[in-house]
Amino acid sequence: MAEANAYAALTKAFSGLGVDENLFISTLGKWNRHQRQSYRASTPGFFKEDERQFQRWNDQHILQLRQEFLRLKDAVLLYTMHPWERDARVFKEALLLKVPRHDVLIEAACTRSSEDLLGARKAYHSLFDHSIEEDIAFNIQTPERKLLVALVSSYRYEGPRVNDDLAKSEAKVFVNALKDGKKNLIEDEEIVRILSTRSKLHLKAIYSHYKEITGKFLDEDLDGDLTLKQVVQCLCVPQAYFSQILIASLKLDVDESAKDSVTRVIVTRADDDDMKLIKEEFKSKYGTTLTAKIEEVANGSYKDFLLTIIAKSD
Amino acid sequence: MSSLTVPADVPSVNEDCEQLRSAFKGWGTNEKLIISILGHRSAAQRKLIRETYAETFEEDLLKELDRELTSDFEKLVVVWTLDPAERDAHLAKEATKRWTKSNFVLVEIACTRSPKELVLAREAYHARYKKSLEEDVAHHTTGDHRKLLVPLVSSYRYGGDEVDLRLAKAEAKVLHEKISDKAYSDDEVIRILATRSKSQINATLNHYKDAYEEDILKQLEDEDEFVALLRATIKGLVYPEHYFVEVLRDAINRRGTEEDNLTRVIATRAEVDLKNIANEYQKRDSIPLGRAIAKDTRGDYESMLLALLGQEEE
Repeated sequence: MAEANAYAALTKAFSGLGVDENLFISTLGKWNRHQRQSYRASTPGFFKEDERQFQRWNDQHILQLRQEFLRLKDAVLLYTMHPWERDARVFKEALLLKVPRHDVLIEAACTRSSEDLLGARKAYHSLFDHSIEEDIAFNIQTPERKLLVALVSSYRYEGPRVNDDLAKSEAKVFVNALKDGKKNLIEDEEIVRILSTRSKLHLKAIYSHYKEITGKFLDEDLDGDLTLKQVVQCLCVPQAYFSQILIASLKLDVDESAKDSVTRVIVTRADDDDMKLIKEEFKSKYGTTLTAKIEEVANGSYKDFLLTIIAKSD
Repeated sequence: MSSLTVPADVPSVNEDCEQLRSAFKGWGTNEKLIISILGHRSAAQRKLIRETYAETFEEDLLKELDRELTSDFEKLVVVWTLDPAERDAHLAKEATKRWTKSNFVLVEIACTRSPKELVLAREAYHARYKKSLEEDVAHHTTGDHRKLLVPLVSSYRYGGDEVDLRLAKAEAKVLHEKISDKAYSDDEVIRILATRSKSQINATLNHYKDAYEEDILKQLEDEDEFVALLRATIKGLVYPEHYFVEVLRDAINRRGTEEDNLTRVIATRAEVDLKNIANEYQKRDSIPLGRAIAKDTRGDYESMLLALLGQEEE
């Protein structure tokens, strides 16, 4: 019985985000050869009986574990780095992938303050001898290109002044475009203009007016165009956007990029009021706390690091 | 090289302020005194003068100048006295208010300023107009003009000398194809001109000349307004002195001098490269710039222009 519990605990230590280093030390480290063999034999999820009579560890899992052991390192580096350097590297990595991650580009371009986005552009010059916009424009050939370049180049006004009549009329642009079932909204000149140049306060006013006019939320009505949906969420309701990512990624059985997003979102939103608002949104939307979810799915030092970061905003 | 001359033993800021104050007092205004002071102070000195004047007399120097001076002389003095970033913001704002005829001013600001200066202008624009430069430019332009101008004013080009020659070759080819097809507003043309660093574009155009034995500017001699903007873009980015010489020649030689253009070039380049521009002008027209200005302008306006040129008539 005790063995079954110990095995379950060890298996958990090898599953989810990060690894439970202490358990390896306190439990695994004490086992002799037979005990470890017994563990392997009792854990068919990880070990398969090979035709040549040994319990073979699943290759995929070994690769995965390499990532899990590194997860804390990645979080610590990201957290310690100057936010400008961090975001410059985030942009670069997203672009270097075989299929560039538009969602990461959009997230970084739309959720940072104007000063921080400008700072990321400066850091990018220093690190890579190129401008972000030239690299995005060169590496992305799809229709999203114009919108992405425009988003990353914006230097939005951040003051309180909003022209409400203008916001109302610009909300109507969205209303009409969606009502008419227009195709390829992502290439619509006016939609791109509004989303990539207006101040966030102005965009939030548009979001409100849209709700008043149609009774629906703009991002919900954009289910047909996920890129635009994400842009609108990041600009107008970032807490909802971040909560969504977290709930979808804080699971045991997700891919590497979803796991990376946990680190990325928590570390990049760690400061200011952002994390507080995200926690509130998370709780109200999903009925459980972010802390509880992290406890459920993460292990060891990585888990402790995340929990410490998010506790700062309590 | 700058053409501005500042006296070796410059009076104290307080003295300058007192003198300026006295220039406004009583009947009429002592324009010569204003020219002798403001026409011979650097941006840093002028800024200090404005601050001290405001503290001492509880009046905005610019407002006084606006009240006391008139017409072209006033416009020149006010534009000159502003600090470079505010000045660019002001000029850009004026340009967005007019029809497409003034779009080349936006190109001029976006392309002839250094990347850093353009960012400072965008910051100043926020402060003065409670909007971002790109949102106003986007809102006041349409079609191809918007397609070119918004990325230009939003750019934050890499400012280093590093050049990728292979890329230059490839992009020269792209430009050549598009331009030969008269696809002037093609996405690729705009991508290259709006995002690459000035050094990279320079390398690309050098290759263009070598490989195709054509001067890209000669291929862009269409009368079309958009093509004229493309020409201005290229010149502004890689041959700024030639660009300014042309604007000046055009402003001075036309029937009825185009004062606004003359004012803008002199005021914005006096502390940058007006001396070089004047040399180029003389090479081109065989008449010294100072003499051409003196022939075509009169009174205090003329005196101030010549003062900034470092060529006062005693």
